[in-house]
Amino acid sequence: MGFFSTILGQIILAALETFAVLVPLLMIVAYATYGERRVMAAMQLRKGPNVVGPFGLWQPFADAIKMVMKETIVPTGANRVLFLIAPLLTFGLAMVAWAVVPTGNHLAVANINVGILYLFAISSLGVYGIIIAGWSSNSKYAFLGALRSAAQMVSYEVSIGFVMVSVLLCVGSLNLNDIVRAQNGLWFFIPLFPMFIVFFISGLAECNRVPFDLAEGESEIVAGFMVEYSSMTYAMFFLGEYANMTLMSAMTSILFLGGWMSPVPFLAFIPGPIWLILKICFVMFVFIWVRATFPRFRYDQLMRLGWKVFLPLSIGWMVLTACALEIFGWLPHG
Amino acid sequence: MIFAQIFFYLFAAILIVSSVMVVTSRNPVHSVLFLILCFFNAAALFLIAGAEFLAFILIIVYVGAVAVLFLFVVMMLDIDFSELRAGVQRYAPIGAVVGIILLLELVMAVGGWKIAPAAAGLRMTPMPFGISNTDAIGRILYTQYAFLFETSSVVLMVAMIGAIVLTHRERTRSKSQNIARQNARQPADALTMMDVPIGVGVKQLGILRPDAARTDPALTAPGPKVTLPEGDAVAVTHKPGAH
Repeated sequence: MGFFSTILGQIILAALETFAVLVPLLMIVAYATYGERRVMAAMQLRKGPNVVGPFGLWQPFADAIKMVMKETIVPTGANRVLFLIAPLLTFGLAMVAWAVVPTGNHLAVANINVGILYLFAISSLGVYGIIIAGWSSNSKYAFLGALRSAAQMVSYEVSIGFVMVSVLLCVGSLNLNDIVRAQNGLWFFIPLFPMFIVFFISGLAECNRVPFDLAEGESEIVAGFMVEYSSMTYAMFFLGEYANMTLMSAMTSILFLGGWMSPVPFLAFIPGPIWLILKICFVMFVFIWVRATFPRFRYDQLMRLGWKVFLPLSIGWMVLTACALEIFGWLPHG
Repeated sequence: MIFAQIFFYLFAAILIVSSVMVVTSRNPVHSVLFLILCFFNAAALFLIAGAEFLAFILIIVYVGAVAVLFLFVVMMLDIDFSELRAGVQRYAPIGAVVGIILLLELVMAVGGWKIAPAAAGLRMTPMPFGISNTDAIGRILYTQYAFLFETSSVVLMVAMIGAIVLTHRERTRSKSQNIARQNARQPADALTMMDVPIGVGVKQLGILRPDAARTDPALTAPGPKVTLPEGDAVAVTHKPGAH
């Protein structure tokens, strides 16, 4: 290991670690698009993409090639630099967040002490890609979409923050690895079940997924903030959105579903990354299930749910958790 | 440690350049975006100093929430640049006076700065060994500075309530949805089920049986012909006062 302790070796090692996370992530993202179409099709008694390759498995690559071949159009009057930065920002942020996600015991690119704050910070930055895209497009629909999205994401972040606090109270550390290890034996979705539900629904809102996809709202504002985007810039948004969805699933798994741990002791020989991927796939399946099932919220209903239902609920549950931990003497002393 | 220094000067340089750009850029949206860049570089400086908790709180609070709302407001402003520039000549002296006073105050504050002798020792080891940054802040914030911490939270609370009181108005005429009332509504409140005898009312409408129109001379005759006897074919009706 002499070489890997030099500076050059460290850089190469970091690059390899990054690839080891990003390659599976991009594969999951690519197949999430395929999976979503197939699952939705099955739920709606259709077939979905089944032509390209066996069971249509090459469909994501066909889509990618199609996207690359198309022309990138920058509208007149658009702010050119910001217009092109916005999709890069969305995609880049969704990738950067994965640096701290633990895929096994102490198995993360960066095992930092404030991992959960890092994830929260990155997910709260996601709104910039959308808001900059909406503004720089110089289009009414895009702008409306951006405004909707900004208000929505800021509102739901608040309740996500409080849910995280109630999980952190039970853990006593901001380190993601510690959060997973604290769930040994009892995953947090059992004691904190209402918070699990609040987190999942807020996650839907944070990713602009149905039933909270008012930022896109294709029946009212065409496609919202991405109405002017085409070709690779659109593909960036598309991938970024699915990567964000994957990230939200990973966060749900880490905070509530035991992260990389196996549900039963005798299956513990299966490596952590596989468990994490399985849990991510499960949560993403529920995301798709929700999309195929529920109609879109109206905007005032969305705001009401965020501020008048989730916020009091999550604050109340946080206080309750703190009281229960104090009374029963379960407070972790990290 | 040479890396830390290189990065420190890099981030510090970007911070200063972008803060100059905040003031000088013509488009206010660009100003806000440069402000966000400033916040990021300040957070990076915190990280280099080993204060990771403060760094991420800075990003979450200022970049993730405050700057979003800034951007939100600035984007919605309808700004006429020529009008903005027109006043510069007139207001420049006032601005200069304010700037000079602020500068003097800063000079006085920094000039009178004395470093406590105990602080020099603290600087070498900013926090007790074996405790994470977050832990150290929590321990000092909720014990030694608990009163100041609570006071500042009360100040923020007052500001928040003040903002709500100033902007809130009761709109009596808006048709907002009352979800509790909507959920409490039962079918019996809105619907009346009627027992309609089979076949009655169908012939008069002449809709369900097109054949009848051909055979029945009353229906083929010109002029108004469909007259419904009261309570004949009305199956579902709104009960008055159900809303």
